[in-house]
Amino acid sequence: MTTVDEFPQSRTCPFAPPPAYARIREEESVAQVRLPDGGRAWVVSRHEDVRAVLNDRRFSSDRRRPDFPELTAGAAAVKRPDEEPTLISMDAPEHPVARRAVLGEFTVRRTEALRARVQEIVDERIDALLTGPRPADLVEELSLPIPSLVICELLGVPYSAHAFFQEKSTALIARGTPPLERAAAIAALRDYLDELIAEKETDPPDDLLGRQIHTLREQGSYRRPALVGMGILLLVAGHETTANMISLSTVAFLRDPEQLALIRADPTRTIAAVDEMLRYFTIVDAATARLCVEDAEIGGQLIRAGEGVLALTYSANRDPRAFADPDELDIERGARHHVAFGFGPHQCLGQNLARMELQIVFDTLFRRIPTLALAADVDELPFKDDAAIFGLHQLPVTW
Amino acid sequence: MKIVADTDRCVGAGQCVLTAPALFDQDDDGMVIVRVAAPEAGSVESARAAVHLCPAQALSCD
Ligand code: SF4
Repeated sequence: MTTVDEFPQSRTCPFAPPPAYARIREEESVAQVRLPDGGRAWVVSRHEDVRAVLNDRRFSSDRRRPDFPELTAGAAAVKRPDEEPTLISMDAPEHPVARRAVLGEFTVRRTEALRARVQEIVDERIDALLTGPRPADLVEELSLPIPSLVICELLGVPYSAHAFFQEKSTALIARGTPPLERAAAIAALRDYLDELIAEKETDPPDDLLGRQIHTLREQGSYRRPALVGMGILLLVAGHETTANMISLSTVAFLRDPEQLALIRADPTRTIAAVDEMLRYFTIVDAATARLCVEDAEIGGQLIRAGEGVLALTYSANRDPRAFADPDELDIERGARHHVAFGFGPHQCLGQNLARMELQIVFDTLFRRIPTLALAADVDELPFKDDAAIFGLHQLPVTW
Repeated sequence: MKIVADTDRCVGAGQCVLTAPALFDQDDDGMVIVRVAAPEAGSVESARAAVHLCPAQALSCD
């Protein structure tokens, strides 16, 4: 073993993984690293091995376990073992049951049924952008409101509360947020949703939360705290991920006019471009942490029960074994096997919705504002170097 | 070629439907339905891609 790296690592370039990733991937493949609390964990860096870890029951997602690897200092100290589990912290046999209860909301067909409404939302936001002042902040005007409006409508949460959600989800994903403050943000979200869901219980409306109350009651498994947890998860995931992908991809397209010209010439290419952008940025990276609960060999390395593992999806997505010239942005490469949405039973539930939102935004934004341009140098842009979900705080654009 | 789906493993992410909509569908709960178990030569490649992309390795083919 050469060095012991500290994890999680921040990106030094907005368009590339932390430099240590390539070194680990090529020299060690599976390496031991130090976490903020001083404990050790394994990082797994190759595409094949990341897929293997994420689809192996010997690696648990149960974040309530005391030795689960934590990516922020002090997080373990405020952990409550009696915490309500959510989809991301459950294992089989609990997890498939809970996931199946909500899965029907996110099938390819159900997502397609939302397309017209998403297009309408995107057009409205672009109308507003075009009538507003220049330069404008794309994050505020477009990237955040679009996924926010979509997820609020889908869940049946009033959009008027979006500022509150945005503030709380930002606190949740900033790595620097002290653990107690993070706990307070979760508590505030929980209180809000608890009240909202309680109101929906009397006569469940035809929105995701209402339909869940209905379905779970029929199954005899309805419990409000569990639905509150699910609601928080979907809201936070719905706010931060797609928003950051909209902003980052816009920057990537604007600095690479050749790639932009490809989708403008033929919008049927956009869906492939979406997957390439997802691969290229992999905005949720080391969040795919696991706890080994039964000895397992991964990439030639024995990992023992009780040891933490970080599956580095960003490294996997830049693994030359899986993608030729992985550091090039190439929307025509065929990048569907990326692991930006994770892999295995926890693979992102909202991925088809995210894909559709991004596809519509790219097609509509560059068609309606063909002269769109950055109003600041790329190296001046405020990237979220310190957040569990990479992205941009602001994105000044003009046209 | 014969496609087999293990619905116990399926996690309903819909990768197969996205990849080969002529061969796969999802039921109302999101579980995979194999529409064409023995695809014609022209669809063999997309069937293999779907098998490879399935995050739960719930699909197999010969
Ligand atoms: S890709 Fe796999 S997990 Fe997803 S719906 Fe198809 S069979 Fe199920």
